[in-house]
Amino acid sequence: MAYIEVEEGVPGIRSLVMFRPETGVHLYDLARVLLRGESTLSEAERELIGAYVSGRNNCGFCMNSHAAAARCLYGQDKALVDEVLKDMQASHISDKMKTLLNIAGKVQVLGKEVKEEDIAAARAQGATDKEIHDTVLIAATFSMFNRYVDGLASFTPTDPAVYEEMGRRMVEKNYQMPQKD
Amino acid sequence: MPYIPLEEHLPGITGLLEYSPLSGEPIRELTQVLLRGPSSLTEAERELIATIVSYRNNCRFCMTAHTAAADALLGEHETSAMVKQDILTAPVSNKMKALLTIAAQVAGNGKNVTPDLIQKAKDEGATDIEIHDTVLIAALFCLYNRYVDGLATVTPNNADFYEGMAQRLKEHGYVRFEEGYDHLKGQHIE
Repeated sequence: MAYIEVEEGVPGIRSLVMFRPETGVHLYDLARVLLRGESTLSEAERELIGAYVSGRNNCGFCMNSHAAAARCLYGQDKALVDEVLKDMQASHISDKMKTLLNIAGKVQVLGKEVKEEDIAAARAQGATDKEIHDTVLIAATFSMFNRYVDGLASFTPTDPAVYEEMGRRMVEKNYQMPQKD
Repeated sequence: MPYIPLEEHLPGITGLLEYSPLSGEPIRELTQVLLRGPSSLTEAERELIATIVSYRNNCRFCMTAHTAAADALLGEHETSAMVKQDILTAPVSNKMKALLTIAAQVAGNGKNVTPDLIQKAKDEGATDIEIHDTVLIAALFCLYNRYVDGLATVTPNNADFYEGMAQRLKEHGYVRFEEGYDHLKGQHIE
C-alpha cells in the first residue's frame, strides 16, 4: 500500500504523477527529453543506463520497466540487457558503453565518486562531452525517480508480463502523462 | 575544472542548465512548482528540505546555495545551521521535524522511508501532498547533487556569490532569466 492516497492498482510512478500532475508533467517531460530526445546514444542504450542505475538502487519497479523497454529496443540483441544487469563488466556490451555505465554506477553512489580517470576512460572509447553529460544526468535522474517511487512505497507489480507490456508501451507511446479514464 | 566545457561565469548548476537547455527546462519548471508553487509548506521550509538533503549528500555547492536561500527567506542564519546539526532539536515545528527526517532518509535510498516515519508525520498533521512534496523535493535534490558533483562543476568559496544567488532565488525563483545570464559575467567567483 502506498503511503499516500493514490489510485488503487495503478503501478509505480504512474500513480504518483496522477496524484500530483503539476509536478508529474515536468517529470515526464524530462524523461522524454533524456530518453527519447536527439542523441548519439541510442534509445536502447539510454534505457539501459536507466535500468542499470535502478537495479543498483534496488528499485524493482524502475529496473523492471526500463529493462523491458531496453529489451524491446535492442530487439534480437535483447540478451545484452540481462547480461549488463547481472554483471556489466563481463557482458558483451560495447567497450564505450562499459565506460559510460561505469560512470552511471558511480553517479548512483554519489556525484563525487566520478573521478577524472572514469571520464578519461570514456573519452578514450570515443565518448563525447554531450554523451558524458547525458550519462551523468540520466543516472542522476534515475536516482531521483527511484527514490520517488520507493520513498512513497508505490505499487510494484510482480508479474513479468506486466513489465513486458509496460516496456512496449514506453517504446511505442513514448513518455506521455497518463490520462484518467 | 568541470569535466565538460561550461560557461566560466556560471559555476555549479546554472552552467549545466545552460549547457543542456532542453533538459534544463523541465528541471527548472519542476523545481519552481515544488519550491515556489502553491503549498501549505512555506518557501523557507521547502528550502530547508533541499538543504538537509544536499548536506547529507555532501554537495557543497547545493548545500551552501540552499542554506543561503533558506536564510534569506527566514531573515536569520540559526535555523538552517541547527537543522544540519540535529533535526530533532532544531527550532522547527514537530511536523517539519518529521518531514525533514523523511527527506534525510530519502537521501540514502527511497526504501529507507519506513511506515513509522510516515505515520509520525501524519500524526503531526502532515497532509498527503506535504508528504508527497517532501519526498519529491528530496529526490530532486538527489538528482541535483549528483549532476553538480558528477560533472565536477566549480564550487565558489566566497560567501558573496551565494548571497547573490540566494537573493535571485528569493526574488525570481527557479525559472530561467528571460534575457539569459550574461549580466552575471564579471561576478566574483573563486
